[in-house]
Amino acid sequence: MKQLVGLWRESPARSRGGLLVLLVLLAFLPLVADRTLLTTMIIILSLAYVGQAWNIMMGFAGQLSLGHALYVGLGAYTAAALFQHFAISPWIGMLVAVAVCVAAASIIGWLAFRFGISGTYFALLTIAFAEFTRIGFDHFAWVGGSAGFFIRVSAGGTRDWANLRGGPLMFYYLALALAVLAFLVSAWLLRGRAGYYFRAIRDNEDAARAAGVDTFRYKLYAIQISAGLTALAGVFYAFYYSNLFPEQIFNISRSIEIVLVPIIGGIGTLFGPVLGAAILTVLSEALNYTLAAIGVDVPGVKLVLYGVVLGATIMFMPHGVWPGLARRLGFERRRPGAAAAAEDAASDGRTPDA
Amino acid sequence: MPVEAIVNIVISGLLTGLVYGLMALGLSVIYGVIRIVNFAHGEMMTMAMYATVMLFAAWGIDPLWLLAPVVLASFAFGYALQRVLINPFIDRPEHAQFMLLLAVALVLVNGLLIAFGPDARTVQVDYALDSFALGPLLVDKVRVICAVVALAVCSALFAVFRFTRFGKAIRACADNLLGAKVVGLDVPHLYALTFGLGSACVGAAGVLLAMLVDVTPNSGPGYTLLAFVIVIIGGLGSMVGALAGGILIGVSEAVAGLIITPSAKSMLSFGLLIAVLAFRPQGLLGRRP
Repeated sequence: MKQLVGLWRESPARSRGGLLVLLVLLAFLPLVADRTLLTTMIIILSLAYVGQAWNIMMGFAGQLSLGHALYVGLGAYTAAALFQHFAISPWIGMLVAVAVCVAAASIIGWLAFRFGISGTYFALLTIAFAEFTRIGFDHFAWVGGSAGFFIRVSAGGTRDWANLRGGPLMFYYLALALAVLAFLVSAWLLRGRAGYYFRAIRDNEDAARAAGVDTFRYKLYAIQISAGLTALAGVFYAFYYSNLFPEQIFNISRSIEIVLVPIIGGIGTLFGPVLGAAILTVLSEALNYTLAAIGVDVPGVKLVLYGVVLGATIMFMPHGVWPGLARRLGFERRRPGAAAAAEDAASDGRTPDA
Repeated sequence: MPVEAIVNIVISGLLTGLVYGLMALGLSVIYGVIRIVNFAHGEMMTMAMYATVMLFAAWGIDPLWLLAPVVLASFAFGYALQRVLINPFIDRPEHAQFMLLLAVALVLVNGLLIAFGPDARTVQVDYALDSFALGPLLVDKVRVICAVVALAVCSALFAVFRFTRFGKAIRACADNLLGAKVVGLDVPHLYALTFGLGSACVGAAGVLLAMLVDVTPNSGPGYTLLAFVIVIIGGLGSMVGALAGGILIGVSEAVAGLIITPSAKSMLSFGLLIAVLAFRPQGLLGRRP
């Protein structure tokens, strides 16, 4: 709590005001939004949420995971199976899903960090685990195997908060709550001791260890927090779409989508994932719309666009869109020496914290 | 199950494994010298496979004649990719390089999807069903040819690194980059040559593999992962390790298809990878970094 208040005090009035206005707008949006806008906003908010969760691991602690679909899938299947087979409410299922994902993350983290596997090797290990699990679930008959797993849908128009059965409006507020939760957790980490340790590990692991940071333990914390948060996104997807296919939920392209969000927005920043999710979703929806309008129906165009956007962002805006935009809008935090630090960071290729 | 059947399966896995090994060798060469992980490796191979399939369908030329032009084209593609896109990224953080190649992979795979559609395509040479009889064993002729060609290409690559001047220069860059710069080697050019050589390997592997299996655009990422699994098991940067890893994975896939189910065969490969990373992260034949 102290961390959040501190961060709030440090932020300039403009960014505080901007954040409040954005929150109020989002809270009242369903009053004016039609169904299309509402579903688009659900995609943006849920993407911002998972992007934020990934960002804690890579943006803060510098551990590149390319297998976050693993936690989405495990979380989704855990809560869905508990609901479908034992009629356990998703609110309890969520806790179990988080526990399962934290356990999985602990195993992966323990295996990897014990030997100091990092960078590319670590990324490949995360992909291997995600693919391994995907194929496993393809043959896991209890949850439908590759034929898919379906959750009971309730009669149209009813809204059952206890079992998360309802329409887009309910899931809109759920997604908003998740996005706010991830934002607060990130903000808290950014100002808290753990966050400073994470960034010390990211910037120079040897120096962090020399300064007395238990790097093994804090890297493990980072992957656990990130996986636990991502599990909730899985539960959200399971109950929003009411169907699960290993081929989709564990797919590597989902992991890539999760990675794209903070990279476009600004890796290691607080608002980057939110902006990245909005940019990515608007781009892909606009492309869908354009393609439909000119009557082209070719699979793969969307992913070519993802590729071009990813390449162009990495090449021309290695820090993402947000840091530059924040500077222009005057949203930067006034911290003694902050401007100088940001400049240093920009010049030596590190990610400034905004 | 008769012993001959099992031996047959193991032999065919071993022969396919040599082609896998050639593919992985390309990845290993690139990583060993440039320290870049080519995340678009399988996609580049899929491109070579499509070139083979389309040229075969258009003119009916035996894929073995296509080896030279496809390898040359792959070399040129790799050279250009390194020169234009990757060289500016040499000093960037690892994750940035990774993302760049991921972007290339996405564009390639979906470019193929847009150009050729999602259907599986195949090359049917007229000796596809021939086989050699070795006592009670039957060995596919195509597989034997592919394995022999793969070995020949690998030997050629070893020879290039061992006996030519520029092979020596490339090894110098890998051993001591600063020293290589000091004595005046043109490092960007040598890096691009290396990337080209790695791409040539993967192009040759693509031509051969097109004779053995169907190709779809979406098989690209799977091959990338397969190549990673192989080089990590064998030891990233070790050329012999890549071949050994390829054979190991080829055999384990064939055996898994026999004793579990064919759709779960890559699960065994990923299981092997996880085991290797957990207990011997430098790979079976690699040195500790």
